[in-house]
Amino acid sequence: MNSHRKRDHGYGARRVLPAAAAVLALASALAACSNASPDPAAGGDDRGAITFATGKDTSGNLQKQVDTWNAAHPNEKVTIVELPASADDQLKQLQQNAQVKSDAYSVLGLDVVWTAQFAANRWIDEIPASTDTSGLLTSAIESAKYRGTLYAVPWQTNGGLLFYRTDLLTAAGITTAPATWAQMQDACAKVKALPQGKDVSCYAGQFDKYEGLVVNFAEAVQSAGGRVFDEQGNPTVDAPQAKAALTWLVSAFNDGTIPKAAITYKEEDGRKAFQDGTLVFLRQWPYVWDLANKTDGSSKVAGKFAVAALPGLNGPGSSTLGGLNLAVSSFGKNKATARDFITYLTGEEAQRANLLATSTAPTRTSLYADAALQKQFPYLPYLQKSLESAVARPKAVHYGDVSAAIQNAIAPVIAGDTDAATALTALQANLKQLTAQ
Amino acid sequence: MTSMPTLADADAGTHTGRPPRRTRRSLSEISQNRLAALLLSPTFLALALVIGYPLISAIRQSLYSQGQEFDADGFVVSDEHFVGLSNYADVLSGDRGAAFWNAFANTTFFTITTVAIEVAIGLAMALVMHHALRGRAIVRAGILIPWAVPTAMSGLLWQWIFSSNGIANQLLGQQILWTADGWPAKLAIIIADTWKTAPFIGLLTLAGLQLIPQELYEAARVDGATALQQFRRITLPLVKPVLLVAVLFRVMDVLRMFDLPYILIGSQKQSVQTISILAFNEAGNLHYGQAAAYSTLLFLYVVAVAYAFVRLLGTDLIAETRTIRKDARA
Repeated sequence: MNSHRKRDHGYGARRVLPAAAAVLALASALAACSNASPDPAAGGDDRGAITFATGKDTSGNLQKQVDTWNAAHPNEKVTIVELPASADDQLKQLQQNAQVKSDAYSVLGLDVVWTAQFAANRWIDEIPASTDTSGLLTSAIESAKYRGTLYAVPWQTNGGLLFYRTDLLTAAGITTAPATWAQMQDACAKVKALPQGKDVSCYAGQFDKYEGLVVNFAEAVQSAGGRVFDEQGNPTVDAPQAKAALTWLVSAFNDGTIPKAAITYKEEDGRKAFQDGTLVFLRQWPYVWDLANKTDGSSKVAGKFAVAALPGLNGPGSSTLGGLNLAVSSFGKNKATARDFITYLTGEEAQRANLLATSTAPTRTSLYADAALQKQFPYLPYLQKSLESAVARPKAVHYGDVSAAIQNAIAPVIAGDTDAATALTALQANLKQLTAQ
Repeated sequence: MTSMPTLADADAGTHTGRPPRRTRRSLSEISQNRLAALLLSPTFLALALVIGYPLISAIRQSLYSQGQEFDADGFVVSDEHFVGLSNYADVLSGDRGAAFWNAFANTTFFTITTVAIEVAIGLAMALVMHHALRGRAIVRAGILIPWAVPTAMSGLLWQWIFSSNGIANQLLGQQILWTADGWPAKLAIIIADTWKTAPFIGLLTLAGLQLIPQELYEAARVDGATALQQFRRITLPLVKPVLLVAVLFRVMDVLRMFDLPYILIGSQKQSVQTISILAFNEAGNLHYGQAAAYSTLLFLYVVAVAYAFVRLLGTDLIAETRTIRKDARA
């Protein structure tokens, strides 16, 4: 099947060569008019068949969108190349492909934290300055930049939300979602005093030792008014806000606000606990909305919860930004088609369809204000608020080193093996060394 | 040459059908060796390609550094340059060194514990498979199923069992946080690995058991030997060569352990980090020099253990092959 397709490409390429040459001449003439500066030697303005390498799309919606594109562009067909399910394996495969300068992938779906690595290694092309990025979320655009230059277009985004049990809070006489950690703990105390709140734990997030811990730690620091990295990219975890945040996390584990088991929670463990009705509050990504509202018996809390912005130390908290950016591989062919395809996928129409089919958070601000969409996804306004104040993770070329350093410093603290101040001082020194470029 | 012909002379004589003559014999041996080398050359070529080349390339990479520096605009300088042993110094000192020695200790710990437990259970499994009369096929298939499950799958399966409100905790009636960093994580790995690979030892040992002639047991019974005596004096010594091969395979396998701790517990958890995981993490962060250094150190460790194993325990094996060869010649 695969080899057959490849052969078709080969023959096709040979047959269309003269035509392509003519198109190329025309295209380069046109390129002279625009202010875009792709390298023509690298096939910057060629058109033709391309591939789109991205993680597995379980909804089948992406294929539908690609089919729509292919029907409209019979000479610039897009083939989806499915990467492995886990993010680590996806990164590995993309890296290996880039290292051998393979032209197998034209458009790459990059996690927000990989963009710096691909840009710094010149594995992806700059996005031409002529590309219209107005209407896209500012925080998402920031995540696609390396040293001030745009290298990708945000396609999907993600921000943390506070999921909470409206039934329990109402029964305890609380009408509004907590805006601070103290309010959240007060609400929990009231819920626990109820007969139905006896076996319920208060709060959980993603505290297992993996990337989720980095996300949750950064959110705690931001929600206490600090930053893991400042605007210039310098680490600031030795600031008092970071210490206040980590101290709160430790005390929350110690006094049972966060159940002990949450130290092993990844996204799915927390979701299951929430759906089983054993949590009042849960920090989660929006994907949980649909699943926890399922009425097929998999969720005991369908219709009994709502979402709010993350709480903070003295006021509303701030989320860490997730998401997927689309970039043009430096080594792919037909880059003009690749850029057009990215424009198509990140366009309002495609993003609306994607939101409806997969409930993935869009990067277009207009969709958050859409009344019809808000009706179907009542969390959209909260998500927009979360995304507007969301902070991207550091744009480190060796991001994995930064992530590992944070995990190694924070995990022992919340496990109760180290104290917060010592760990943060060491982490500050470590991060300084890692980000000195 | 009037003295009694030696065994070797007689040997050569029968081959050539002529009176024994030393020079001729060695000449024919040389040409024979040449033919053997010629016939084996495709194998050597294949081995050089699939084993020699990657090995040399990894060792070479461990002596080079690439893409670790940045130019003024923040781009990676992709030139490769020779750095001597500095990658090794890097992975053996500081934070990386601490991680290496921790992983080294974990790898060794897992090797000793899992192989010891697996030998005991595998041997028991082999005895059961050997003796089970009714439902023999079902017992054998049942025991072998865990081994046929891909490690990545069994990692996910055990992750489900060991989750904070999983089956393991429900059976024990406690809340042990297996997948958090610590001793429970090590125990989880040992249990999952034993479940998966004890059948492998069981299978190889079964093959050895089936080669033991029944007459030996009959004779032992006639002599009034107890079941335990039969096991210690007949079964164990005769199954030992096969068992040693199985153990050697397992030891070399566990030393490279990667997927089970990576999937079941997590790649950043110090209590289960193995040397393979360190190499994988470094490669994922584009530190290929350090990754290659870790891999080379692991390779040397595996070679050393295998060599020591063959020297200390496998002497019998080699002596046995020598006798067999001699017998064949005579």
